[in-house]
Amino acid sequence: MAQVTLDNVRKVYPNGFEAVKPASYNIADGEFVVLVGPSGCGKSTMLRMIAGLEDISDGALKIGDRQVNKVDPADRDIAMVFQNYALYPHMTVRKNIGYGLKNRKIDKSTIEAKVQEAATMLNLTEYLDRKPSQLSGGQRQRVAMGRAIVRDPSLFLFDEPLSNLDAKLRNQMRIEIKALQRRLGVTSIYVTHDQIEAMTMADRIIVMNGGIIEQIGTPAEVYHSPASTFVASFMGAPPMNLLEGRVDGGMIRVGDTVVGNTTLAVTGPVTVGIRPEDLEPSVGGQLRIDVSIIEELGAHRLVHGHIAGQALTMQIGKDTAIGDGPIPVAIKNNAVSLFDHQTGNRL
Amino acid sequence: MKRAGFSTRWLPIMLLLPQLLIIVIFFYWPAWHAVRSSFFLQDPFGFGETFVGLKNYASLFKSSAYMRSAWFTLFFVVLVTFFSLAIALLFAVKADKVLRGAKTYRTLLMWVYAVAPPVAGVLGVIMFDQSWGPATEFFALLGYDFRLGVNYYDTAFAMVVVSVWKQLPVNFIFFLSGLQSIPRSVREAALIDNRSASSRFWDITFPLLAPTGFFLLITNITYAMFDTFGVIDVLVRGEPGNNPLTLVYKVYVDGFRGNDLGGSSAQSVVLMVLVLAMTVFQFRMVERRIHYT
Repeated sequence: MAQVTLDNVRKVYPNGFEAVKPASYNIADGEFVVLVGPSGCGKSTMLRMIAGLEDISDGALKIGDRQVNKVDPADRDIAMVFQNYALYPHMTVRKNIGYGLKNRKIDKSTIEAKVQEAATMLNLTEYLDRKPSQLSGGQRQRVAMGRAIVRDPSLFLFDEPLSNLDAKLRNQMRIEIKALQRRLGVTSIYVTHDQIEAMTMADRIIVMNGGIIEQIGTPAEVYHSPASTFVASFMGAPPMNLLEGRVDGGMIRVGDTVVGNTTLAVTGPVTVGIRPEDLEPSVGGQLRIDVSIIEELGAHRLVHGHIAGQALTMQIGKDTAIGDGPIPVAIKNNAVSLFDHQTGNRL
Repeated sequence: MKRAGFSTRWLPIMLLLPQLLIIVIFFYWPAWHAVRSSFFLQDPFGFGETFVGLKNYASLFKSSAYMRSAWFTLFFVVLVTFFSLAIALLFAVKADKVLRGAKTYRTLLMWVYAVAPPVAGVLGVIMFDQSWGPATEFFALLGYDFRLGVNYYDTAFAMVVVSVWKQLPVNFIFFLSGLQSIPRSVREAALIDNRSASSRFWDITFPLLAPTGFFLLITNITYAMFDTFGVIDVLVRGEPGNNPLTLVYKVYVDGFRGNDLGGSSAQSVVLMVLVLAMTVFQFRMVERRIHYT
């Protein structure tokens, strides 16, 4: 088990492109950290640097107490699960799982016992003598997991491991991976572009965009107090409503409507963020929303409308009756986030 | 599925006819002639033939020159196949790691492919020329008197070197594309699982290259046996007497120099049987070959 420390870790490619801007953070022992962001944000590069598959251009990376910048991937005491599983196609499941142990000079009976143990844990015992091509996607994913856990590494790295699976299997595997990580207590870094995976699995989320870490925090922190308009719009489906507004005298206005008040010492134009579920139809509501489309999602409904000429989405319960046209809407307490009009940073 | 058909029975036959004609005229007819004349003793000046049954075959296997040529062919094929595969694999593995200027590098290595076998032979003659060949001078530097066309083993050496050199680019291209079709993540997974580069190569890369390797093995054996004719013809410079000959070249020498058409035909029938056996073997193996998804 180990903690991971990054100190100004940076990645610059030979062509001058800076894929990861200097990043510093700590991952505690046993913590499950999810790196999330859109494609090309540098999250995979970050993971690959930690794995040793990419050189670190600058800064220091520590796994445990050891600086590992120049250590071979095989000697970093890590295990990685790849997006397309990366199983060895010519080896049986048994050999796939045992390959990492075989090269660490562990005797045969121990390897066999460990492979059996991992296979039992992952319900793979009956597939041990099959080749990867004879397995389904979910089973291959399990073999990839088995290959990682059998080694007892001090750090698990996951590179979008569920993105090749169909939605139903993905939900199931999500829970299995999380449960497995809890049981083994191994520090884990998990890369995904799927904000639902990030929210559900993480102890802490690191949101990245354009090579920069936008926010580090627990799922609740990231969701309820996004550090920037990027985080606000990336985390959550449907995303947070971001409206052009202004503050004067502590009153937050969107158009002519007062949507709340603030104790922050700001005046002038701001970006106002409101989560769709923090809006609710109410007879005495201070907002007038002009409803244009209602999306029926079963458990709830998405109401799309306009306020002061700006698009807005509201999430309401399945039993809430609503019609087209202007309706009064209330905002829940403390539900308004304010962002800098220019930089997008939280105020 | 709807079966597409022809309205008349003659159209498909007409469409197939040109191809069938080519096969019959250039393959079956000569092959039949070879089989037929292998049972006859031909008059050297074409004035007649006498049926001799299997005597041509019998004398073939009693002939020490033929057996010597057969053994030489075996060694030649093994050496050429092994070295052209091994060196090409080494080049491919190295070229695969080159990132900068990879294309130029590969193109340069591929150029040799465009050289025709007789031209390769001529280049070999120049390299190993008795009075001013660079290779001969190199050997002289090492204190060895290299004599192409005079010393049996020197000639054999030159034949193997030129044949290997000629075959390298093809093998190189196939190995390189084979290497590049191995998923990057599989190699990376191996990088994490195994710290030794050489054992990674033998455990992961080499088995995944096996289908390519097997295909190349067969084509290289065929090449060494049959397609090296041009190289050998130029290198032995019409003095085949005391020089090493492959079976294919011996067919030509005995038939067209020695005017022993019957014996030469018998030799080509033996070669046909050999090719047939190899083809059967290849198809058997290809069927059993593992396909990776």
